[in-house]
Amino acid sequence: MTSALEIRNLHVSVENKPILKGVSLLVKQGEVHALMGPNGTGKSTLAYTLMGHPSYEVTAGQIIFKGIDLLELEADERARLGLFLAFQYPVAIPGVSVANFLRTAINARRRAENPADKGISIPEFRKMLKSKMDLLKVPNDFAGRYLNEGFSGGEKKRAEILQLATLEPEIAVLDETDSGLDIDALRIVAEGVNALTGPKMGTLVITHYQRLLNYIKPQIVHIMLDGRIVETGGPDLALHLEERGYDWVREKHEEGANGR
Amino acid sequence: MTDLATIETPKYQRVVITTKRKPEPAAPPEIGLSIDDVRALAKAKKDPAWLTKRRFAAWQLYTNTPMPTLNDEAWRRTDLRPFKWNEVELSALNGKAKSRRVPAALLKPLVGTTQGGQLVINGGRVESNTLSPALKRKGVIFTDFQTAAAKHESLVKRFMGKAVPLTDGRFAALAEALMDGGVFLYVPKKVEVTLPLHSVVSVPGKSHFTRLLVVLDDGASVTYVHELTSPDSKTESLHASIVELIVGKNANLKFVELQSLGLNAWNITHERARVGQNAKLDWVFNAVGSRVTKNFSEIDLDGEDSWARMSGFYFAEKDQHLDHDTQQNHNVPHTTSDLLFKGALRDQSRSVWQGMIYVAPGAQKTDGYQANRNLVLSKTARADSIPGLEIMADDVRCTHGATVGQLEQEHIFYLMSRGMPRPEAEKLVVDGFFDPIMQRIPFPGVVARLKKDIERKMSESGSGE
Repeated sequence: MTSALEIRNLHVSVENKPILKGVSLLVKQGEVHALMGPNGTGKSTLAYTLMGHPSYEVTAGQIIFKGIDLLELEADERARLGLFLAFQYPVAIPGVSVANFLRTAINARRRAENPADKGISIPEFRKMLKSKMDLLKVPNDFAGRYLNEGFSGGEKKRAEILQLATLEPEIAVLDETDSGLDIDALRIVAEGVNALTGPKMGTLVITHYQRLLNYIKPQIVHIMLDGRIVETGGPDLALHLEERGYDWVREKHEEGANGR
Repeated sequence: MTDLATIETPKYQRVVITTKRKPEPAAPPEIGLSIDDVRALAKAKKDPAWLTKRRFAAWQLYTNTPMPTLNDEAWRRTDLRPFKWNEVELSALNGKAKSRRVPAALLKPLVGTTQGGQLVINGGRVESNTLSPALKRKGVIFTDFQTAAAKHESLVKRFMGKAVPLTDGRFAALAEALMDGGVFLYVPKKVEVTLPLHSVVSVPGKSHFTRLLVVLDDGASVTYVHELTSPDSKTESLHASIVELIVGKNANLKFVELQSLGLNAWNITHERARVGQNAKLDWVFNAVGSRVTKNFSEIDLDGEDSWARMSGFYFAEKDQHLDHDTQQNHNVPHTTSDLLFKGALRDQSRSVWQGMIYVAPGAQKTDGYQANRNLVLSKTARADSIPGLEIMADDVRCTHGATVGQLEQEHIFYLMSRGMPRPEAEKLVVDGFFDPIMQRIPFPGVVARLKKDIERKMSESGSGE
């Protein structure tokens, strides 16, 4: 059975200010979707809301994942169900090494499935981590560094993708994974995502720019404007945006934009 | 300056900044003991005459000094009034209460797997005392204080009080007057003790007073782990102690001090180290027990090129109040000190850290560092962090830092988004917070013990909020 993330008519407010005004979206395992749109349109709000950040208040609508209502679940429960968010701005956790962090995360997941689980053995974990780091061309000393502390923008994003690879989610949301990356870092990160993409993972790539989509090829492209998805189409929609910018979308949906 | 042959009492007294506040708060009630108790104790402990004489002198000093109040700078944040001073009884004289043996878990070595010696003192009585024959042959003395006072009188007399003069504080005098158990460690010149030494002093019952005297003669080295513990009890208890560390020229002392007193114990300690020329002191503190702790810890860098590091770990819960008052005295040129104290607090607990780096006139090329970091895990816990510098020389480098922070909700959310339930996410952040202290402790067994303390403190029932 394929897992699916279904967002139905989602309304979200932050500090009583409505940001999302009825978003509907269906992402299935094995699919790659791109969500594009101008800044401040609600893309990151959608990402945080999917993961269950407490600052985002869902005022209407539903998020269903594998048939379960996600709004009833805390962030950790959503994660253990198979949802993953690559953060636009990952926080640094002082004193916690990447390896220690990943092992704790894996063990939390194993214990949730089986409370008697003793956790992954250290040799098994090391072997697994090494293979994922090789796959993503991450230098080996990464594992011993404190998570995101003193990481460059590119390193932070690579650390996110390493987590993605290690935790093997069924649906991954990548929030502006391309932001702050130079072209080389962008290519490395995108190659990492592509290496992980397959029939077992569905991906929602959130991006402002089309350039990431030169490397990660979506089947479906959505355009968000003022808290709603206003256009959905194939890969050519992204190319269209690249040529003409967002103005034509604004003009076409002027009514919606003014109706706030 | 420090030459063990001619060691004198410290030249510099504690730096105390006094600001007048009024009105004068009421002093705590006086302790319900008299000189008769001192006499009875000296008799019961079979003191040599000279030691009894010192007890009387200390008692005199104690009774002549007023009880500290909240107006005394050192006691501004630690209120002694709630303790029932008039109900204090000497447990050492109360022989009928046969105490439980010290739990076996506490007797396990924390450094390596083999120890050079272990001394266990329970309620003032020696429960076991072992020292490897090889160390005995080399002249190492590791025994309880009463035995040392009887058998090694001249050595004990030569060094006792040379680090902590009784004028350091009223409770130092009390501890000397009423001492009922303690440890004496002496490592002779150039003797390198490779296997660590371990002492456990348990202080069950109403009150106990202990002292520790550690002397490393010139060129000696040792790793020494000392634990002060007591079982949890329903009634409150008192413990006061003196800890003296004397590190001779070119000597090297690694000292791990663990405090796991029951949550009803009131604990007041005066601790001070003298570090000689080109000597090294690596001092690790771990405070997880007691209801109230007031700890004065001080290092005197007395010889050029001496080096001292102090690493403190504390974790307070419930109504615990842990007050650490540290001072780093750079008494001569070219000395280095490095202090880091880190603590976490939950429930209604409170911590105080007050630190001072003192640089004596002419102590050029001093390199002094002090930092205190606190992580407050609940809205009702509180941490006070007060660094201080008193610099009388002009060519020095002294830096300090003090922070009080809370769990960052963005950190917790990030970790939860990777599948960790909130308690595990919080524990990982706390582990990370303490990591810089763990990195400074060169003994995996001690690190494991501290990590276990964190785990226990984080998991104990009762919400952190």
